[in-house]
Amino acid sequence: MTFGPGITGALCVAATLLASAPVLAGPGPDDDELVVNGKIVMVTETSPPAHVEGFDRIWSGWRFRTDETQAMQMDDFDNPATLFVEAAAGVWSMADGSAGKSCASCHDDVSTMAGVKAVYPKWNRAEGEVRSIEMQVNDCRTTRMGAEAWQYDGGEMTNTVALLASVSRGMPVNVAIDGPARETWERGREMYYTRFGQLELSCANCHEDNYGNMIRADHLSQGHTNGFPAYRLKNTRLNSVHSRFNGCVRDTRAHTFAPGSPEFVALELYVASRGNGLSIEGPSVRN
Amino acid sequence: MRPVIGLTTGLVLGLVLVTVVAAESVTPGAVVFVEGAVERSLSGKPGNPEAGALIMDKGAGNCIACHQVTGLAHLQWHGEIGPSLDGVAERWSEAEIRGIVADAKVMFEGSMMPSFYRTEDFIRIGDAFTGKPLEGEVQPLLSAQQVEDVVAYLMTLRQE
Ligand code: HEC
Ligand code: HEC
Repeated sequence: MTFGPGITGALCVAATLLASAPVLAGPGPDDDELVVNGKIVMVTETSPPAHVEGFDRIWSGWRFRTDETQAMQMDDFDNPATLFVEAAAGVWSMADGSAGKSCASCHDDVSTMAGVKAVYPKWNRAEGEVRSIEMQVNDCRTTRMGAEAWQYDGGEMTNTVALLASVSRGMPVNVAIDGPARETWERGREMYYTRFGQLELSCANCHEDNYGNMIRADHLSQGHTNGFPAYRLKNTRLNSVHSRFNGCVRDTRAHTFAPGSPEFVALELYVASRGNGLSIEGPSVRN
Repeated sequence: MRPVIGLTTGLVLGLVLVTVVAAESVTPGAVVFVEGAVERSLSGKPGNPEAGALIMDKGAGNCIACHQVTGLAHLQWHGEIGPSLDGVAERWSEAEIRGIVADAKVMFEGSMMPSFYRTEDFIRIGDAFTGKPLEGEVQPLLSAQQVEDVVAYLMTLRQE
């Protein structure tokens, strides 16, 4: 009775903010919902998997982008990455290499690959190592097709990964981190918290401790990989996840790691596992 | 005879000058921190606040990538990682501010703020932003004089 509704409301809002988002100082993620082509409903926010300690809640990078950037991902007609996916769809059934085979010779229509992207990087029992989807694609090309390996983060490869992502859109990221993959995952976690370069910044400094905050003109997200490959307005092309890692490490004034290196594969497994439960969005649109 | 004396005097003067500069400018490894603060000017000279204001913006400083400064509102995009620096000269002494700018991790353990006047103990240091390994000597992010310029600028930030 003594407080007007305004004051009570304000107190409630303050209390809610304190309770739910103690680490957030900046504007944080927005409240928008992502439905692509009016039918693929994306989970852009959920509770973190049990193995993640740094987050109370996880959000897709899409929730940190401006309305204009977000809109480009909501319809394939507006998503510049669609062209690259279409190019890869053509390549899917094109024979290449000494065996005279195409991807389609073994895998039929690309729709049979739904769900595959969601579980990569993944332990490969025969080879005794964790493999990224790019490594698997190149293994098919060299050993089954007798074709040349594609450059790890080159155009043909990244387009094909975008095609593979696109048929998994809306499915939850679900990489396995137990069993034989554990050791690789732990190496990735170690890297995530290492403060590289002359600026001594770790992934966690920016994406765990400061998501939602601005770093100069950039609105920091939690740095998830569910949107990859990502079309970036900054370089107007499709970017592989290792290209993104490469840029983030380079920006700490560090000697970075090569795309396709064992270090980045381990980091990819770890970072992907932090986003288990978010929908595969690739190819996404980001700045 | 005369030209010889002139030359000798010139050489001697030159040597003296070099020694004086070397004695007054502190190398990154020799900076003395007392509870995070650094008493003496790193360059042995006073800083220039106008030059310091420029370092706040671009290049190796880029302080406003992380901090807000109302006095620099004409520059776009101030970061939200560190506290606003408005009124900073009322919260800290000049020696403390010098210590924070030279190596903030001495004052704030584990700080995200880069160490601007330190040259050792980096993991995979690169050649600036090229992503390539650094070959040759590590240069501090800011020179001794640039640190002094930034400190002089921060000392002008008096009102909240
Ligand atoms: C100096 C700050 C900084 C550091 C350190 C940093 N990043 Fe980033 N990262 C950014 C910025 C800025 C962006 C673009 C905005 C965003 O999505 O956060 C970004 C984006 C990303 C994205 C894309 C997210 C999306 O949804 O498109 C991923 C993935 C990522 N970072 C991973 C990493 C990893 C892994 C590391 C450590 C190896 C790292 N980052 C280190 C600043 C940083
Ligand atoms: C990557 C982020 C980052 C950059 C770049 C950065 N700082 Fe900081 N700074 C911080 C953080 C975070 C703090 C808070 C101390 C802490 O808890 O770590 C801080 C604290 C300070 C403080 C103490 C402020 C107070 O009121 O307590 C001063 C002074 C300062 N910084 C000056 C600078 C100057 C000058 C530069 C550039 C030459 C700079 N900073 C660049 C992150 C940064």
